[in-house]
Amino acid sequence: MNSSNKSKVVYTILAWTISGMIFFPILWTMITSFKTESEAISATPSLFMFEWTLENYKDVLARSPYFDHFMNSVIISLGASLLGLLIAIPAAWSMAFVQTKRTKNLLMWMLSTKMLPPVGVLIPIYLLFRDFGLLDTRLGLVIVMTLINLPIMVWMLYTYFREIPHEILEAARMDGAGIKEEIFHVLLPIALPGIASTLLLNVILAWNEAFWTLILTAANAAPLTAFIASYSSPEGLFYAKLSAASVMAVVPILILGWFSQKQLVRGLSFGAVK
Amino acid sequence: MGSITLKQVTKSFGDVNVIKPLDLHIRDGEFIVFVGPSGCGKSTLLRMIAGLEDTTSGNIDIDGEDATNMPPAKRGLAMVFQSYALYPHMSVRSNIAFPLKRAKVAPAVIDEKIEKAAKMLNLTDYLDRKPGQLSGGQRQRVAIGRAIVRQPSAFLFDEPLSNLDASLRVNMRLEISELHKSLDTTMIYVTHDQVEAMTMADRIAVFNGGIIEQVGTPLELYQKPVNRFVAGFIGSPKMNFIEVPAKAGDDTHSIGVRPEHLKITQERGLWSGKVGVVEHLGSETFLHVHVEGAGTLTVKADGDCPVSYGDTINLTAAESKIMHFDKDGVTIPSLSWGEERVA
Repeated sequence: MNSSNKSKVVYTILAWTISGMIFFPILWTMITSFKTESEAISATPSLFMFEWTLENYKDVLARSPYFDHFMNSVIISLGASLLGLLIAIPAAWSMAFVQTKRTKNLLMWMLSTKMLPPVGVLIPIYLLFRDFGLLDTRLGLVIVMTLINLPIMVWMLYTYFREIPHEILEAARMDGAGIKEEIFHVLLPIALPGIASTLLLNVILAWNEAFWTLILTAANAAPLTAFIASYSSPEGLFYAKLSAASVMAVVPILILGWFSQKQLVRGLSFGAVK
Repeated sequence: MGSITLKQVTKSFGDVNVIKPLDLHIRDGEFIVFVGPSGCGKSTLLRMIAGLEDTTSGNIDIDGEDATNMPPAKRGLAMVFQSYALYPHMSVRSNIAFPLKRAKVAPAVIDEKIEKAAKMLNLTDYLDRKPGQLSGGQRQRVAIGRAIVRQPSAFLFDEPLSNLDASLRVNMRLEISELHKSLDTTMIYVTHDQVEAMTMADRIAVFNGGIIEQVGTPLELYQKPVNRFVAGFIGSPKMNFIEVPAKAGDDTHSIGVRPEHLKITQERGLWSGKVGVVEHLGSETFLHVHVEGAGTLTVKADGDCPVSYGDTINLTAAESKIMHFDKDGVTIPSLSWGEERVA
């Protein structure tokens, strides 16, 4: 075996090991969801040798309105991502194509807001939501999700837009296109892969967001993250049911991620290779 | 109509003056070429005429109307970019139709104009293809087609042939020249390639460091360059410059001789030197001759010139072909092309 083959084997083993480590908790959760509660907390847990059961899923579906939570998740994550795009596209357009001396500072400032611990703004946001009657509403969560993910959306779109040759937009301007036509007829169709991956990534981020959803919702607007959390209750921790709820919350986004992985990778590496 | 007048036009980026106060009148129907080295401001000026860059001061008049602050689309000009700047997601047909649709032209008229332009540019078979499926030359033709259909008062070309290979460049050069003849519309063409400038232009404007050094017909610039910069920039291979010792009553600081005006002679000539690199191009030969006190002189000789590396040769040039420059590099007309000299 020559050295290049050897390093290939080493890298393959390394890749599988790291992937295994990342995937193991998900696999464990999936397996636990098919165990009985007593097996789930057994001192000698078994990976496959146990009595497989669907009871947990039945119980979870009977106990909570899963589809309501699911619809909340869909509406909140999709709504926040679409609303975010609506704001981020013009923002990224101006930052990419009408740059000023302070554009870079503005971008850095936007990114810095992501470094702020969310709990730091918890009280003002909570009070604002209370006063505007937005607590436990889908609209409220759409707004907060849009705001927390907006810096990432602007940054991603800015990066994609920077890859589009200015000359194409200038040609459109010479051809008589106004700003609206320039954006809709030229920029957006060209940047579609980037926009799609920005949308997908933000749907995933919003879907998985737990901090704000747990604090700002109770029953009406609670998405799947709140649905999972409801299984760690004062009555005790029900590992098997918690796992079943987690699987049901994660599976839709996992399927979306699986089918769009090509698009995501293409979008995320956009511009890296010309 | 398509006359463009620049009056004391300037452009600054912060403290950097890219275009210094500049006046130029471009006549209706003229093919004018802006030529100069990279960073001399020629493309910036073209973009200012197009309206893609703001003008810091001065006026740009198009057909007698002040267009200094007009948006690009209102100026009635069409531009062809170096990178073609086609819309990659649209077919050739949609690319060409784009400006017409923006101008709300009737669909039947749009179709008619596309067909006409496609026929003119040999694009009829490619109308339903995307730009990505076309060769460089075809893409450039689409870009030209998109410009033609608008029937602009002037075409602006920003180094349109730079991305093409050498043979295609020659073909496209001819096509653009023919287009100019058939459309009879003003064309402003930016290039750093002096061969393109010489072969295509009615007039050439030579740019250097944000100013126009000289404007004139190709032959005027070749025969009567106003300074060393123009003399060196126009002509290929470039002119040989030789510093000369100061003489009383003579302002000449350096002289210039074009490679094609240097002759190899058996007798003692003006210079004598050792032949370095010899470049055989078939129809002609370029000799690089190391002359003591004058540096390396380039000589353009016949294709079958028998000289080879290491030979010592004598060189001479007709007095009437030697240009004289003063200490500022400005041509001394009386010594370089004075009536009495040329005669």
